[in-house]
Amino acid sequence: MDWFYIEGVLILAGINIIAVLGLSLLTGFTGLFSFGHAGFMAVGAYTCVYFGERLGLPFIAAVIAGGLSAGLVSLFIGRLTLKLKGDYFCIATLGFGEAIRLLLDNLQIFGGARGWPGIPPKVDLTTVVIFSLLGIIFLVFLINSRHGRAMIAVREEELAAKVMGIDVYRYKVISLFISAVYAGVAGGLLGYYLTFLQPKLFGLQKSTEYTIMVIFGGIGSISGSVLAAFFLTVLPEILRSFAVWRFVIYGAAVIFIMIARPQGLMGGKEITLKGITSILKKPGKNRAIRSGEV
Amino acid sequence: MLEIKDLHVYYGGIHALKGVSISVEKGEIVTIIGANGAGKSTLLNAISGIVKYREGSISFKGEPLPKLPHLVVKRGIVQVPEGRLIFANLTVKDNLMLGAYLRSDVNGIKRDLEMVYELFPRLKEREKQMAGTLSGGEQQMLAIGRGLMGNPELVLMDEPSLGLAPLMVQTIFKVIKDIKSMGKTILLVEQNAYKALATADRAYVLEQGRIVKSGRAQDLLDDPGIKESYLGVKVNNRG
Repeated sequence: MDWFYIEGVLILAGINIIAVLGLSLLTGFTGLFSFGHAGFMAVGAYTCVYFGERLGLPFIAAVIAGGLSAGLVSLFIGRLTLKLKGDYFCIATLGFGEAIRLLLDNLQIFGGARGWPGIPPKVDLTTVVIFSLLGIIFLVFLINSRHGRAMIAVREEELAAKVMGIDVYRYKVISLFISAVYAGVAGGLLGYYLTFLQPKLFGLQKSTEYTIMVIFGGIGSISGSVLAAFFLTVLPEILRSFAVWRFVIYGAAVIFIMIARPQGLMGGKEITLKGITSILKKPGKNRAIRSGEV
Repeated sequence: MLEIKDLHVYYGGIHALKGVSISVEKGEIVTIIGANGAGKSTLLNAISGIVKYREGSISFKGEPLPKLPHLVVKRGIVQVPEGRLIFANLTVKDNLMLGAYLRSDVNGIKRDLEMVYELFPRLKEREKQMAGTLSGGEQQMLAIGRGLMGNPELVLMDEPSLGLAPLMVQTIFKVIKDIKSMGKTILLVEQNAYKALATADRAYVLEQGRIVKSGRAQDLLDDPGIKESYLGVKVNNRG
């Protein structure tokens, strides 16, 4: 295994971490399931590359523009769907994701179904690490703020959140917006890493993968989402020598974890500095992982 | 203080409240009693802005009440919802702090937290515990405490005694009186008609979406019709 290959896997893991962090805010902390996140990623990817290559924006500006346009689309979608109850919202996002993919399949200015080749490679490991770290830090601060607590309240008991004076609809919109921006940024990075975009990349399978990662990591845990995104990106690569069997093993691994730990890897807990130091101080005793939502 | 006039609420084709008018004065406990499905919770939810009403008006302190839940809370009306609805995966303290979500007066919040802990010492003991691990009675205390953290002028209580052990029911009704003595106004919806009437100053009887009787709680307690329909039912049901 050469470094080029390993670096590639790590970059993909980092991109997935960014997308999963966003979905984690929506699903893990606000309690809304989305099966259309690949759609937001696609919007981000195509607009980012469009701004960067056709309009000549610098790379960072293009990535931000991609993220924001995914966010803008989410505001529009959110207005239409966020008043729906949980299950219906989930189905609406599924429809949205597929609609975006079909739209891109037929938009010839973006290359249609044939894809958009020849994008210059502008993403390396450092870029992805910086973006992921920024993503993690922002989310940690958000979750531990008054707004984060309000989102968790919406997840826990929507009606109670309402009678506490929390504007439930507004927080759902904000949560969807931020999570779409994360997906859009991840999409932009993906485009500039792969140097090729194709609507097929952003199908239902991608959305499902991200939802699996969030649940696998544990609902309501940022560290869980990061770990799961990393682990589930790397796992199929490690299994590459099993050829066609690798996705069977991948599936089995996911099922096994969900049976053994239905609450996910981290089960709503977080890895914190405090937790790590107290583990180091008294080994074996007290797993000392602080509860996440304090 | 609270003035409801000719309120009509529909759930699809079902006419749940058929012209309800009630009033609540500052500093009193008013109770609404009635059977299951009479529309008691619907009335509270209409005040809170959780269900929409089609006709009628609600005014609070002389001004029309907004129809969105968070705006209602801002005006000083907090509901303690039926079935507690605590945030199970958050700590007791986080639950209480969420009750103060709309407030920014740090000192006032601190003072009210002390007040709630004084009212319910059990909650102080369990401050760091996940709320879902509390017993039913403790969860009800938490729901009431959380409501008080919003520093409301009017507290709407929906079935606070539901599913609680008799001893705990005593405690809850004592607390309701304590809350009144703090100068707060209470609108109480209860199935336990006897307890509710014994605690309240005034009462309304709601039957199939209509107010059929009203008056001083003490008078209704002695009313033969009420005795038969509500107090009698209670004895048979609850043993």
